[in-house]
Amino acid sequence: MEAVPSREIADMAGQAALPRKNGELVFDEAWQGRIFGMTVAMSHDASFGWSEFQARLIDEIARAERVGESSSSSYYERWLRAFERLLADKGLLDAAALAERTHDFETGRRDDVF
Amino acid sequence: MSHHHREPESILSLRVRALESLLVEKRLVASEAVDRIVSAYEEDIGPHNGAKVVARAWVDPAYKQRLLADGTEAIEELGFGGVDLRVVENTPGVHNLVVCTLCSCYPHALIGLPPTWYKSFEYRSRAVREPRVVLREFGVELPENTEIRIWDSSAELRYLVLPERPAGTEQLSETELADLVTRDSMIGVAVVRPPRAEVGAASRRGAGAE
Repeated sequence: MEAVPSREIADMAGQAALPRKNGELVFDEAWQGRIFGMTVAMSHDASFGWSEFQARLIDEIARAERVGESSSSSYYERWLRAFERLLADKGLLDAAALAERTHDFETGRRDDVF
Repeated sequence: MSHHHREPESILSLRVRALESLLVEKRLVASEAVDRIVSAYEEDIGPHNGAKVVARAWVDPAYKQRLLADGTEAIEELGFGGVDLRVVENTPGVHNLVVCTLCSCYPHALIGLPPTWYKSFEYRSRAVREPRVVLREFGVELPENTEIRIWDSSAELRYLVLPERPAGTEQLSETELADLVTRDSMIGVAVVRPPRAEVGAASRRGAGAE
């Protein structure tokens, strides 16, 4: 059941609307699909409500525009920031741990592939 | 999708991998669930948007007029776009059928991914040559004097069939109506059926006029 697309997510409107081409979702890079999938999975598992995430996404999009961030910073970069913020707000993610883990991947100390 | 050559990985990609590795470790997500979700959303947008357009046209005659006059603009009113669209209306004397004889042009934005048969050579050729037979195979029996119009989709212009609203649905809300509208009915290989509970009522009234 969890893989059935939810209309609440698929039909988000306005600036939060998922990027599409010909109606199909577009993930320009693999990581965009992963971050999308993680967010949806955690909302299905009730780690948070979709509206909680959506509010932060809208917020991040507005902030990016306020500070005149280049439009090349993608929708999913804003999504990633919103997701990280939500996890931090929920006490589910420690910023230092994420920085350290990212460093591990960067230097090749870790190489798990998802 | 996946890149086999090895490029320096972007910092964003590294960060997302780190994030997934942490969340998996904490058992907050399972990577297989993420896989399933991504493919489900990539593949199954479904006919939901088109159904909304049809239901709106059924309940709002002014919208229907705009939709038939300029499909592209009218679907934008409902927030759907990215496609040049012409909507063709089924009436008691006219049945419309959409095909793409050259490839598989299809209004994805409104009705999701095309079914395999739509892309098949058999459908693409026979829909034009013997539409009545093809429709019968899909379970649509049309009266002899019903005119069948074939619309050949192209990259420039896509077609959507506005099916007839089934009898006995006067009490239904727009949302309930949208639930009745199937993908196939918007391609023209099916008619929209009334909800099950209504079928009995319709036959009680003697639906022989069908």
